[in-house]
Amino acid sequence: MTDPTTYLSHLELGQPDKTFLDSNELIINMGPQHPATHGVLRVILKLDGEKVLGTECVIGYLHRGVEKIAEHRTYTMFNPYVDRMDYVAAVSNGLGYCEAVEKILNVQAPPRANYIRVILAELNRLASHMLWLGTHALDIGAMTPLFYTFRDREEILKIFEKYCGARLTTHAFRIGGCQYETYEGFEDDVKKFLDFVPPKIDEYEELLTTNRIWVERTKGVGYISGEDCIALGVTGPVLRASGVKWDLRKAQPYAAYSDFDFEIPIGQNGDTYDRYIVRMQEMRQSLRIIRQAIDRIPEGPIMAKIPKVIKPPVGEIYHSIEAPKGELGYFIVSDGSTQPYRIRVRPPSFVNLQALDLMVRGQLVADVIAVIGTLDIVLGEVDR
Amino acid sequence: MLDYIKSYLDMNATPGQAGNVFWATVYIFVVFGGVSVAVMAMNWLERKALAHFQIRLGPMRVGPHGLLQPIADALKLLTKEDIIPSEADKFVFWIAPLIILCASFTVYIVIPFGPTHAITDLNIGILFMLGVSSLSVLGVVMAGWASNSHYPLIGALRSSAQMVSYEVAMGLAVVSAILMTSLNKTGTGTLSMIGIVQAQQAQQTWFLFKFFPLGFIAFGVFAIAMVAETNRAPFDLPEAESELTAGFHTEYSGLRWSLFMLGEYAAMIAVSSIAVTLWLGGWMRPFPNALAGETWDLVFSLFPGFTFLALAVFCFIGVARMPKHPYFRIQTIGLAGFGAVLALIGLILFAPPVRDRIFDIYWFCIKVAGFMYLYIWYRATFPRYRFDQLMKVGWKVLLPIAVGVLILTAVMGVIF
Repeated sequence: MTDPTTYLSHLELGQPDKTFLDSNELIINMGPQHPATHGVLRVILKLDGEKVLGTECVIGYLHRGVEKIAEHRTYTMFNPYVDRMDYVAAVSNGLGYCEAVEKILNVQAPPRANYIRVILAELNRLASHMLWLGTHALDIGAMTPLFYTFRDREEILKIFEKYCGARLTTHAFRIGGCQYETYEGFEDDVKKFLDFVPPKIDEYEELLTTNRIWVERTKGVGYISGEDCIALGVTGPVLRASGVKWDLRKAQPYAAYSDFDFEIPIGQNGDTYDRYIVRMQEMRQSLRIIRQAIDRIPEGPIMAKIPKVIKPPVGEIYHSIEAPKGELGYFIVSDGSTQPYRIRVRPPSFVNLQALDLMVRGQLVADVIAVIGTLDIVLGEVDR
Repeated sequence: MLDYIKSYLDMNATPGQAGNVFWATVYIFVVFGGVSVAVMAMNWLERKALAHFQIRLGPMRVGPHGLLQPIADALKLLTKEDIIPSEADKFVFWIAPLIILCASFTVYIVIPFGPTHAITDLNIGILFMLGVSSLSVLGVVMAGWASNSHYPLIGALRSSAQMVSYEVAMGLAVVSAILMTSLNKTGTGTLSMIGIVQAQQAQQTWFLFKFFPLGFIAFGVFAIAMVAETNRAPFDLPEAESELTAGFHTEYSGLRWSLFMLGEYAAMIAVSSIAVTLWLGGWMRPFPNALAGETWDLVFSLFPGFTFLALAVFCFIGVARMPKHPYFRIQTIGLAGFGAVLALIGLILFAPPVRDRIFDIYWFCIKVAGFMYLYIWYRATFPRYRFDQLMKVGWKVLLPIAVGVLILTAVMGVIF
């Protein structure tokens, strides 16, 4: 049986040659089972020796129909499902969803809840970036940072576990605020973590930032210009590394972000190295936000007054937040019933993955791996 | 019988030179067995050391501190199904791992563990070593080709390009060391492995420190090229796990795959032996001239025994730290037994007749072990080079340096 993807559009793959040795071009399948495609991404590569002539991403191996499931669940019931999309940044997913529903209900979460949300979301950004750093470095061949980042990520997961009982798919927030008050000693734990992490980030940087091989492997690799990013809808650190100062936490502040003083790190070159630097700086900025939030966290209720049965008015709403990987948006259409008529998620990974072909064309096979790593995709979010 | 053994022990030549077939055969078995054991030990050490670099424990379950893990692995690999892909070229697929294995084991024929401890001493020893060890690239290419699959093919192409280009720099670095052997009254150098070490002995210096920093740079070039030559991190592109899954041996499994591993580790030990022989004074103990004299000879000859005693002490510390739970009893006893065996070996090594005969082997092995540790260290520290960068380093950096060092060495040799 011929593989249907062999007939795909722009690769002009055509009928496969009698053997692959008859032509100079080599078509190889990277994934869905491959150590460096971060899950089940399948990339069909058209190669001339080591040079990449074109790529074709085949996705959908992890499709679970999250958006369709939403149509048969109440708003409250759907809340845990969103955690399963970007499972390394579940808190951000939950935050985006809860805020979107709050927006359509026209309620405001109380300030204390917003502060808790910011703290947890930023901790989650750190966890997500740490996981990205470890796997990205592993893809490029440096094994050791992976274990260091996992060791430190563990501290974050411990805080999550103490707060809400789950480590990954946290379901930390509820529509209208937070379910749980912070536990006894939450502030101490977070403060301890804030003192614990900066030297660890220095340690990662020591291993990589000035490492000759690391710099050679990442500088100038996977270049994408700011215009191309905007044209393709690429967001997050990838966009910022190309020199576009765009961060939804500043551009349209949500939760309590307008209260905090922080900077948006940007790069100039739009290459893998800049994206690495941008993410490293973002980790430090996140720490800054958390420190301010934990110092200024107000007392008060953690749950707004919302009806027992959530029945938003007829209408539609789009709300987006700055997830660790980029703009995470929820588009909700309500028909006035207890269940959403339609929910559409704008996942950052899915949109960012589009840039892969542009970034690797003409480069080498090893760069494809580096670029997949630097895009920081999570296949659960790409396929949904 | 005893007299026969005794007469051999007092002999002053390698069995090959003496033309003694019986002792040569014994030596071959001892050396090959020793290398196989060293490969297994290296396997365990690499996993443990790498784990400790990475804040893990590594193998802990099979035997105390995972000491039996290599044996368990070997058994597992032996009993696995032997798969030959249906589209593969069966004969080539079958013979490729054997070529790699033979190439990497044959070089041990000339490795001098001591002035008399070598299977034989060829007058073209180093040439033989470089020649035979570079045959392994043939096995790699054959494996990649015969698998009839994309990833192995790319891996094999990378590997052949890499090994061929690094051999040039490596060869030139070796030549500059050989040039140094000719710096004597008669002006004749030698290619014999034993001769090279004896030349260092005669010139009262390791070639590493000869014409400082020339010898040092040549050694550096060789040390980098040898990592590339054995396809180890950061030059492990042919088997770059994150890119090509397993490179040229992707399609191999079970016993055949383990032959590749055996060949790879044996090759690592072999090239480290070349480096030790050429630059680090082979079997000579450190500071043979600065700390000369009977007393120092005695002190240094006690090192082997103390090393084993230290290992035994580590074992006993491990025993003391074992959890006091009945579940761990067998492991504790096993570790204590292992420590006792090591201590016994250590005590035997203190006996004067043994001490005098093995201390050269000991110093050689210790130096090689240092290189083995470096291999693990590199692997834990460095990311992987990209193919074009690797070629750049080989041709544009190492090769000019090696040529420059060679010319300068020749000039220095003429001047002094």
